[in-house]
Amino acid sequence: MTTMDARSMGASVRRIEGPDKVTGTATYAGDTVADGTLVLHPVQATVARGEITAIDTAVAEALPGVVAVLTHRDAPTLGDTGDPEHRVLQGTTIHHRGQFVAAVLAEHAEVAAEAAGLVVVTVDEAPSTTGFDPDGEAYAPSALANGQPADSGAGDPDAALAAAPVVVRASYATPMEHHNPMEPHTTTATWVDGRLEVFEATQGVESSRQTLATLFDVEVVVHASHVGGGFGSKGLHAGTVLAVLAARTVPGRPVRFALGRRQMFEAVGYRPATLQHLSLGASHDGRLEVVAHDVVGATARYKEFVEPAGGSTRSMYAAPHRRTSHRAVPLDLDGPTYMRGPGEAPGSFGLECAMDELAVALDLDPIELRVRNEPEVHPENGLPFSSRGLVECLRTGAERFGWSSWDRAPRRRLVDGWWHGVGVGCGTFPTLRFPGSTAEITFTGGRYVVAIGAADIGQGARTVLTQIAADALGVDVTAIAVEIGSTQVPVGSIAGGSAGTASWGSTVVEAADRFRDKYGENPDDGDHADAATPDNPWAGEYAMAAYVAQFAEVAVHADTGEIRVPRLLGMFGVGRILNPTLGRSQLQGGMVWGLSMALHEESVVDPRFGEVINHDFAGYHVASNADVRRVEAEWIDEDDPYVNPMGAKGIGEIGIVGVAAAIANAAYHATGVRVRSLPITCDDFLTSGLLSP
Amino acid sequence: MKPFTYARPAVASEAVTTLAADPDARFLAGGTNLLDHLKLGVVEPSQLVDVSRVTGTAIEELADGGLRIDAGVPNSDLAADARVRERYPAVAAAILAGASGQLRNMASTGGNLLQRTRCAYFADPTTPCTKRDLSQGCSARGGWARYHAVLGTAADGCIATHPSDLAVALVALDAQVQVLGPDGARTIPIGEFHRLPGDDPTRDTVLAHGDLVTAVDLPATTPAVRNSTYRKVRDRASYAFALVSAAVALEVADGTVVDVRIALGGVAHKPWRATTAEATLRGRPATDDEFRAAIAAELDAAAPVDSPLGGNAFKIPLVTGTVVSTLRALAGGAA
Ligand SMILES: Cc1cc2nc3c(=O)[nH]c(=O)nc-3n(C[C@H](O)[C@H](O)[C@H](O)COP(=O)(O)OP(=O)(O)OC[C@H]3O[C@@H](n4cnc5c(N)ncnc54)[C@H](O)[C@@H]3O)c2cc1C
Ligand code: SF4
Repeated sequence: MTTMDARSMGASVRRIEGPDKVTGTATYAGDTVADGTLVLHPVQATVARGEITAIDTAVAEALPGVVAVLTHRDAPTLGDTGDPEHRVLQGTTIHHRGQFVAAVLAEHAEVAAEAAGLVVVTVDEAPSTTGFDPDGEAYAPSALANGQPADSGAGDPDAALAAAPVVVRASYATPMEHHNPMEPHTTTATWVDGRLEVFEATQGVESSRQTLATLFDVEVVVHASHVGGGFGSKGLHAGTVLAVLAARTVPGRPVRFALGRRQMFEAVGYRPATLQHLSLGASHDGRLEVVAHDVVGATARYKEFVEPAGGSTRSMYAAPHRRTSHRAVPLDLDGPTYMRGPGEAPGSFGLECAMDELAVALDLDPIELRVRNEPEVHPENGLPFSSRGLVECLRTGAERFGWSSWDRAPRRRLVDGWWHGVGVGCGTFPTLRFPGSTAEITFTGGRYVVAIGAADIGQGARTVLTQIAADALGVDVTAIAVEIGSTQVPVGSIAGGSAGTASWGSTVVEAADRFRDKYGENPDDGDHADAATPDNPWAGEYAMAAYVAQFAEVAVHADTGEIRVPRLLGMFGVGRILNPTLGRSQLQGGMVWGLSMALHEESVVDPRFGEVINHDFAGYHVASNADVRRVEAEWIDEDDPYVNPMGAKGIGEIGIVGVAAAIANAAYHATGVRVRSLPITCDDFLTSGLLSP
Repeated sequence: MKPFTYARPAVASEAVTTLAADPDARFLAGGTNLLDHLKLGVVEPSQLVDVSRVTGTAIEELADGGLRIDAGVPNSDLAADARVRERYPAVAAAILAGASGQLRNMASTGGNLLQRTRCAYFADPTTPCTKRDLSQGCSARGGWARYHAVLGTAADGCIATHPSDLAVALVALDAQVQVLGPDGARTIPIGEFHRLPGDDPTRDTVLAHGDLVTAVDLPATTPAVRNSTYRKVRDRASYAFALVSAAVALEVADGTVVDVRIALGGVAHKPWRATTAEATLRGRPATDDEFRAAIAAELDAAAPVDSPLGGNAFKIPLVTGTVVSTLRALAGGAA
């Protein structure tokens, strides 16, 4: 078994749509505005739970410029997708604040907004719970959001903990967080002659098409040439359904609905809060006897989504006794969803901080502790690893970071009034391949047109698929033209699960092989071949995942407790990097988000109002440029012949994983203050009594 | 958003009379604060009176050695002015610690002083807020109060903080605000310009409806003011409002504090001149212990709020640390 030869893969081919983006000519979902486009403004629930008893639309309808006001009274019955969020205007029940309960269609945005404010919704309010209380009423979910079982285990963890010579028990909290891609969710929909055409900010045109076809029982075409970030939030949400409901009432006229920033905090999902109880037991020489990761997380009452925060603990370290469990506390909020590193990002904060605490308890280098607990096979399912670079990442990363020059004891370096320290945190992300894509290759005009309904959400799919196709066909990248981002080309799976490139790329390689088999090296104009995504013959034979060791240097001001991160280094074991420029920016972007998660991001729900009260960029902080100083992403050489023909593991999400733990551990090393709740802010240090030298 | 009319008068007196005649009219300068509030529905004016043609854009020498800054001077120009940077470093530092380059280009000196609080409930018309509407309660109490006031508050009243960085520096420097009202021109010392909430938190300043800020005068500089700076503490390194901030001026001779000015931001409904701390420090040795004792005396009256969503008791040690380290740096030590 070998990976494909690389000529274009591995080269820093420039982003194909880069010039369009920097010149502002790349068209996003909201840019495709034809004459006569109507604007939609939603009317949203102002309580978290209740029943609508009346809606008065008369005043709104009378406003000049208003074309229609939609309510549940006149909405058609929609098909069932199984997702409660898609049941828009299907009844009178309010499940969460911000729920769309009506909508105004108007000629202009200002009129639509004003009219929406004039719709009077009378609601019989019911008691609601919107604040996450980890001690609140919780249930055992049937499965995690990724389909894995909620609980897992081996041996007798409780007995092993009672017997272990060294034990760390601690609880770690991660808050609700919102994705906030730069481009808010936008739909431009036209319903004409029983056919629906949608320009959509989506991570998957085909999945959007299927959803809309099921809901509306109509032929659907979806386009997404360019998408301004998704991070898991750009599945199909209620806003799209609302826009299509509106378009249906005005056949032939495009309807545009672009969410405002505040609506991004109530209508497109979020990462739910967790409280993670970690229990580690080890021998005096630092061998884990037991790893237990018990998670309590928030979910929505009307739509279950259980963040798999204990998921990666199932594979990170060897230990004979082990347990992961997940319990869910239902809240009357909109539904949580996937957010970059779902499970892995918050879960690595718990596990990797606990490992650091264990290293302190053992008086052992935290890198050495991890090396000693490296599993030979997957600790839960016993499969061998297709490749596992964690130890090499730790060792080469430590070398590059200058790890050994730091005294392991905390509170040793005070420079110009700032405490400095370093920390490490590790992570993993599964290497997946989604079935169901089709790639079609057509030779025309001396070029190979490679068509597959992939989504370029900024990660560079167009460019990387061009490189993969070039190598699969044995030609230069200039001989390839990739067509993606529409349901008018063959089906593509979603850009998600860090599996886009692996899934589409494997499909393109398969189609290229067929093409060459059929037509050889000198095809005629019009020759074409297609292929569906091949199964990975090694699935079930090997455990496949990407790994990272994240290193952080942190500085904490000795008078004010301000915390800054002068240096981050991520050392990645992710197989072959297909395009170093794009790959590095993807990994660095993830690391920046990890920094942001560590120090800034927190959605504050005010349970009195059932809403996120810091619902804009004034209140919800993401890292600013000034917070991001040296951020290096490097990778080890890793040849993995089992994952896919390209030898590439997904890199979309692994970048964020482990960063928050590395920063929290570095903050402890700097100050001696152990912060177990994100985000880490000055008050954590100010109230510790440990800040002054 | 409600329809409104727009006027752009050519003379200041006309701007004043137009506004005074319409209780729902508002002055518009750079619009960086007011237009956001229009979009959010926080204010619904009947008329915008654009003052960009009536407020000057000059920075001029005054006979007493001070500077007059016209209300229309953009924040970025004020921060870049060589005289300001040399004679009043805290003013330039305060401006540069706020907003972003683009915003500072648009924002005016007058508008900066009159920007409204950043309390999240104030900016969300669906939640009760006494500052927006006297008949409502204060949602920040018992809510997200991390950014809120610890000084000058009254039981159950508004606990908003004033967000301007510039105003904090001006308060430390004893600036004077020039105002043109329906009854003519007058001068208001900046320390008396912003209000504590008292029983009417809807009013941020002592200005009456129709009063136009025309200029801000900086008095002649002093050795302490030349040795002044602005320190802003926030959760991220840039582009955030202050958790707490301090404009500090210090003159030390032979290890003794000769002159000191301290104004605090992020702690009260107005920029807070720390007169008690100043009085405690004057004539005392310039040491950390003295600095600490002085600010402790100032904070004696502090009343932090507790809240399940984040209180602000941490501001007490934060103000202390901020002021002590800033004084230490100005006295010649490490920040
Ligand atoms: C994203 C963002 C970040 C920011 N960060 C900071 C920060 O960190 N620190 C900081 O200090 N500020 C910050 N600001 C606020 C900014 O400084 C103010 O918005 C700006 O100074 C207001 O000036 P303006 O000319 O745009 O005022 P406008 O928005 O035009 O007006 C503001 C108010 O002043 C009134 N007004 C304007 N001119 C006069 C006058 N001559 N006489 C009487 N009344 C008048 C208006 O009626 C209105 O009520 C930020 C703003 C934004 C949007
Ligand atoms: S603190 Fe003031 S501005 Fe904020 S909600 Fe209370 S009354 Fe309104």
